[in-house]
Amino acid sequence: MTKNNTDIEDLETAQDPAGLRRVEIEPVTRVEGHGKVTLLLDEDNQVKQARLHITEFRGFEKFIQGRPYWEMPVLVQRLCGICPVSHHLAAAKAVDQLVGVEQLTPTAEKVRRLMHLGQVLQSHALHFFHLSSPDLLFGYDDAVAHRNIIGVLADHPDLAKQGVLLRKYGQEVIRVTAGKRVHGNSAIPGGVNKAVSPEERDYLLGDIEQIIQWGQGALALAKKLIFQELEYNRNFALIDTNMLSICREDGALDLYHGGLRARTPDGTLIFDQVDYRNYGDYIHEQVKSWSYMKFPYLRSLGQSDGSYRVGPLARINNCDYIDTPLAEAARVEFRAFADGGLVQSTLAYHWARMVELLYCAEGIKRLLLDPDITGTELKVRGEMRNKGVGVIEAPRGTLFHHYEIDDDGLVTRANLIVSTTNNNRAMNQSIRQVAADYLNGRELTEPMLNQIEVAIRAYDPCLSCATHALGKMPLELELVDADGAVVDRIYKNGRGEVGEG
Amino acid sequence: MTHSPILIFGYGNPSRGDDALGPELLRLLEQGPEAGLCDMVTDFQLQIEHAMDLEGRELVLFVDASVAALPPYEFSRLQPVRDDSFTTHALSPAAVLSVLGQISKAAPPAVYLLTIPGYDFGLGRPITEPAAAHLEQACVLGKKLLAIPDQEVWEGYCGR
Repeated sequence: MTKNNTDIEDLETAQDPAGLRRVEIEPVTRVEGHGKVTLLLDEDNQVKQARLHITEFRGFEKFIQGRPYWEMPVLVQRLCGICPVSHHLAAAKAVDQLVGVEQLTPTAEKVRRLMHLGQVLQSHALHFFHLSSPDLLFGYDDAVAHRNIIGVLADHPDLAKQGVLLRKYGQEVIRVTAGKRVHGNSAIPGGVNKAVSPEERDYLLGDIEQIIQWGQGALALAKKLIFQELEYNRNFALIDTNMLSICREDGALDLYHGGLRARTPDGTLIFDQVDYRNYGDYIHEQVKSWSYMKFPYLRSLGQSDGSYRVGPLARINNCDYIDTPLAEAARVEFRAFADGGLVQSTLAYHWARMVELLYCAEGIKRLLLDPDITGTELKVRGEMRNKGVGVIEAPRGTLFHHYEIDDDGLVTRANLIVSTTNNNRAMNQSIRQVAADYLNGRELTEPMLNQIEVAIRAYDPCLSCATHALGKMPLELELVDADGAVVDRIYKNGRGEVGEG
Repeated sequence: MTHSPILIFGYGNPSRGDDALGPELLRLLEQGPEAGLCDMVTDFQLQIEHAMDLEGRELVLFVDASVAALPPYEFSRLQPVRDDSFTTHALSPAAVLSVLGQISKAAPPAVYLLTIPGYDFGLGRPITEPAAAHLEQACVLGKKLLAIPDQEVWEGYCGR
């Protein structure tokens, strides 16, 4: 099912912003980090402009430059407290190239893959059970104080506990493979510094059947919630975009390694099995004056048509099959939802995410049963080079790490395109669609504004913010008239108490 | 896996200026003779699975940087609170305690929070001088708490 986006593109920039009311949603809740939405409304509450601003931290390169290349896999974990393993592995893949390694030992590659599946499993579990299930379970107009994980725990204790335990299991996979719970250091230039011991393998195998079973349950729930209000959920924040991900050479879903693949909204291949080291030939980043975050697009299609989505929705749409049986059956059912094309419903991200969670659980079991993960050949080396590009499918989508070093091994240039940046255009299109469909001409209410947040949360954006200091994140909505005067205000404090005035 | 009845949990990003105060306090405490009596855990931020770290404990101390705490530090007892800290992706320690109550029928531990004022949370920034001074004083309290890990004694420090 597709939808024409032409009308919502007009909402990126109001033709005549003078005299419009400004509404801010800051910060957007239950996304990773800081986000802000601004709406400009005319006197009849018609939305004239809708933008998602992300105060993305753009100091990555400065933080990295001048440091020795071998520090990268450990150092970059400090960029983000949410998915440090993804940065760890993307950096390790880039550094492999710097030390001239094209192929890891089977043990090294499989230990890294195991770590990555643990990361994606725990991240997807957190997002579905913690951040998004309150919307899906309780509805978008549920009492704001109830619409959160505590409400889930109270009303669905078994479900919520499964979310906690799935998350914990993924963390344990990371601990075993990365060497530590946080700040793991096992991925090193050209390999890993530890394999999985037989005791560790048996420890993780002890719970894996339960994890797979819970994964099946989570998938069934996600699907049920989508079908519960089918037409609404199918059309909510619906936009047509291209899809980008890496895919294995034979077209299988692969989160760790592969070539770049992109499809048009109707599923036609734009390119396939592109060597990701040449990503700059295929992806460009546009700068817009009103956003700190860049807007990547597919170069061959140009800025206006080159918007794309990454993450679970793109990956499950893009791949030809999944090489684990339960997830493959789920993928087939998921693709049938589109009736021939690509699944473009924004809320289908939740469904695709649970297909991937099940894939991760099955994949973890397969790797744990592979004798290579307890092997002893951990590292290889080659001839040093001065450029390395590492790409990985992080929980939220395709993540690029690109480093260049001098003859002393110090980083002279770094470029990172994080998953959320890849989704920047699409997230903006989605909120404009919601604004056009649900907000136009109506008095704004908290549940209505929450619909905008629901659309953003579907992407599970990570705003690379590991700073959380207590008391920093209240939510304020302000209505400001054309003269800048505040005409209305709604707030939530750090304890979730809602007030006005 | 056996663990100590006492847990010290410092959280924050070590590379984000004063956000490092929690993990840094644990690093300092680890050098003391009492460190072996308790388990010490650090992480970037609190999440739902950390409720499981609280299972089976008697005394728990969370340590965090805060933009709201009064100098040189604040120390208080926490109760499980459905504080609905959904405006952030990171749970508050009271919410973690509340999650524990939902997933475990065992008696919860006595949980305390030590917050140290922080001022600069930029990536790659060092701990600021004022925060470092507060950290030093908080460390003195941390050592006292570790020296006598007794709920009654810890209660006596609350509100200071």
